[in-house]
Amino acid sequence: MAKLRGTGISAVNYPTGMNLGGDPSQALIHATTSGSFVVSLSATDLGQGLRTVIGQIAAETLGVRMEDVVVDTADTDTGPHDMGTFASRATHRVGNAVIAAAVEAREALLDVAVDEFEAARSDLVFDGQGNLMVRGAPDRSLKIADIAAAAQFKYGRTIAGRGAWMKPKSPVDPETGAMDPDSTEAHACTVAEVEVDTETGQVTVLSIKSAYEIGQQVNPALVRGQIVGGAWMGMSHALYETTQPYYPDPEHAARDFSEYVMPGAHEMPEIECVVLEYPSSNGPYGVKGVGEMTANSPIPAIVNAIYHATGVRIDELPVTPEAILRGLDAKARAAGD
Amino acid sequence: MSPARHVVGRSVARSDALGHVTGRTVFTTDRAFPGLLHLKVVRSPVHHARIRGVDLSEAERVPGFVRALTHADVPHNVYTILGLIGVEPEEEFVLAVDRVRYKGEPIVAIVAESEQAALDAVARVKLDLLELPAVFDVEEALKPGAPIVTHWGNNTFMYEGHPCRRVRFGDVEAAFAQADHIVEGRYDTKPIEHAPTETTAAIAVPEANGRFTVYTNTQALYFSLDNTSIILQVPGNQLHFVGGTVGGGFGGKVDVIVEPLATLAAMKTNRPVKYAFSRQEEMQVSSTRSAWRIYMKDGVMADGRLIARKVTSYADSGAYSRQTPYALTKHAANAAGPYAIPNVSIDAYCVFTNRQPTSAMRGFGITMASFALEVQMDKIAEVVGLDPWAVRFINAYHNGDMKPHRKLVEDATLIETMQAAARLVGHELPDAFRTMTSDPRPDRGA
Amino acid sequence: MASTIVTFQLGEREVEVMVKPMTTLQAVLRYQLGQTAVKEGCRQGGCGSCTVLVDGEPMMSCLLPIEEVAGRHVDTLQTALPADAADPLQQAFIAEGAFQCGYCTPGMLLVARALLDRDPHPTRDAIIDALAGNVCRCTGYTPIVAAVEAAARARGDRDERGR
Repeated sequence: MAKLRGTGISAVNYPTGMNLGGDPSQALIHATTSGSFVVSLSATDLGQGLRTVIGQIAAETLGVRMEDVVVDTADTDTGPHDMGTFASRATHRVGNAVIAAAVEAREALLDVAVDEFEAARSDLVFDGQGNLMVRGAPDRSLKIADIAAAAQFKYGRTIAGRGAWMKPKSPVDPETGAMDPDSTEAHACTVAEVEVDTETGQVTVLSIKSAYEIGQQVNPALVRGQIVGGAWMGMSHALYETTQPYYPDPEHAARDFSEYVMPGAHEMPEIECVVLEYPSSNGPYGVKGVGEMTANSPIPAIVNAIYHATGVRIDELPVTPEAILRGLDAKARAAGD
Repeated sequence: MSPARHVVGRSVARSDALGHVTGRTVFTTDRAFPGLLHLKVVRSPVHHARIRGVDLSEAERVPGFVRALTHADVPHNVYTILGLIGVEPEEEFVLAVDRVRYKGEPIVAIVAESEQAALDAVARVKLDLLELPAVFDVEEALKPGAPIVTHWGNNTFMYEGHPCRRVRFGDVEAAFAQADHIVEGRYDTKPIEHAPTETTAAIAVPEANGRFTVYTNTQALYFSLDNTSIILQVPGNQLHFVGGTVGGGFGGKVDVIVEPLATLAAMKTNRPVKYAFSRQEEMQVSSTRSAWRIYMKDGVMADGRLIARKVTSYADSGAYSRQTPYALTKHAANAAGPYAIPNVSIDAYCVFTNRQPTSAMRGFGITMASFALEVQMDKIAEVVGLDPWAVRFINAYHNGDMKPHRKLVEDATLIETMQAAARLVGHELPDAFRTMTSDPRPDRGA
Repeated sequence: MASTIVTFQLGEREVEVMVKPMTTLQAVLRYQLGQTAVKEGCRQGGCGSCTVLVDGEPMMSCLLPIEEVAGRHVDTLQTALPADAADPLQQAFIAEGAFQCGYCTPGMLLVARALLDRDPHPTRDAIIDALAGNVCRCTGYTPIVAAVEAAARARGDRDERGR
């Protein structure tokens, strides 16, 4: 009876966007008289922080502060069409639509500013703090709020933009499978360390250490949230959870949280991550989707680590203590033969 | 060098932080409406049966009972979300007609003044069912003589005349004959539930102008609106969907499962109606991640190069398609992994069994493929006598490589990502791997 | 069955509700008293999202018949912590990213609040034990534990400065 330690690795890629495309997103942006910009969407935030990330993309493109952006979602009467938040598509597609809308709104703002400043368009610079100024003349600066008010009341003009982004749907060849499934691919590599108790079959995940490459990060803290939460969910998939523990037999299906086994705070492994940034060719500011993939590489890394620790190869999930003990018994019997 | 940016790339505070830590964020069932009615569903207690009769007489006598909805009340009683993205056929009913195909399938919706009255009425609905043989194993379901789950005569989703999604790239059999080693594996996974802390829910509210506002925690607002419009045969502009705050999705709130019935009930009663899943319904009725069975056969050279990969995958779609047929196509585009393999054959089957339907979940079609192929890579490493890092570096794809589905690799960084992971854990890589890049190969061989 | 009147203290005020017998505290708080921060993850005592404080003790309101709190003091997140999120615990949750969807957050905050009131310098193990009844599906628990540790430190610093 012993506690055996092992290390395992895995390396994965993950696509951005609904498979084969055909999943559009649209955005509308308009300025208010107080100088804030309302971004109207139908996209849903699942808790990953999409509203915040979209606000950042809008603020960056418009040249204004984060606090000057209001993200209004989700309401089908006011938000234009969006396909939905799934397939790691939202930041990528909604972000691109928002950039297009923000560019149009920014140009409308500059049109008014050119008249207000009586300056050349190419001389106007956003300071990112809510002001527009003439290059080289810091005293010639106007608040964006004032330009917006002037647009409304002096010039009778709108400061607004529309944006849409879609990867056109493409077919798949039924004979060869030739297809264009995704917009880009993100990558991850995970190293997991486990300790297996050969008496109880229990596996303790000591650490999950990963490198992620997900294009440009819009909000590193939110990316980290996906990586850490996903590592936990991957550990849960690998070792604990299923609705049908005797699958394919449907009996004893889990009805509630007492029967649907998931690891809790006591099972937290040490989680470390490093995030590389290689901008994608078509994402907003080089974004790639990250929301789904973070449970994926921990799973085989843990299973490979169990093999390294015990010499027991288990090809079935979840890897339960029972599976470990049966595997150890089988290995002992085989050695004895 | 990327240009200086003032907000993208910064960890700015979340806009919903204040609401979350003060408890003021509004989730779907936090909303109150005077006169709210509650909808609960009578569900099949068995895995597979013909419905011979439904007796509502005792249920109707429960104090607080308002009305029942059966299939006859649903204008377009066929439910498939794939229809909206052009995938056929339509095969799931909003409310069962003459057959149920999984334990939990909805048969009758009961609307009542209180949740308890609705549950009492549900308990008093009498079902006359003739149980049929059921099938639960994906390979058993494909054998001759297996109970047939679908209405089209076999237990697979047909992909343009084929019983599976196919990838054919190069010639795997010829490559197997050339290979120094053959490595085979079978990988089995079980259904997994999203288990978000907030269950699936919608509240449909009749408005004074004749429209209906539907508050929902769907992940896809217009998807849900469009589907509801088709099922209820009302113009989309009669529907106003409001949502955007979801207490955990993970792919489990994309199936448009509660909005059509809640809205239909609101139309029939002219009162607000709430349809919220209990935790048990969320666990046992709402869609799960498919169980998968993946067979992998690899042809490997003595130096560790993968020259052929043959994958046969079975996804257990449960009793109906939901989004699983789409997943098999996505799976086929990813089952070979981020590796440059010159000969690949993939057969990916969407198989129907008599269990709760499966649908999208975080990593749809790919999570379990990554499990299988990354365990397989370690097996290959052991067979050829290389360490796990080496076999991955040797086979990693580069920009410009051709993937088995005939798309050229771009934005590839598997190599750089593995190098970063090795540095993170202090694993020293040999020079050849430490200096490798994802740049296109100079020789660009097959 | 006839309704009865139950009186208890909710935050700073005394409340009186008319209820059918054995109605859960959760239902009363959510649907009669506007305390929607009390969540409904399972209604079976399995997830802790319905956690409230009864006389300072964390309890699952979905398992408590309303009669059990007659004459007692109940706090929800809305009555226990300030609406401007100025409490060090709330600030720590924000700083550490201790929530994503936010559905488990009220329960987590109340459990943490009860722990720190009882034990201002808890060990990491004590924090983990305290959170054992609360399910989170998004964060993986790591930032929640970090937030409670940070809050304990911040309260400790504030207490020291106050002297």
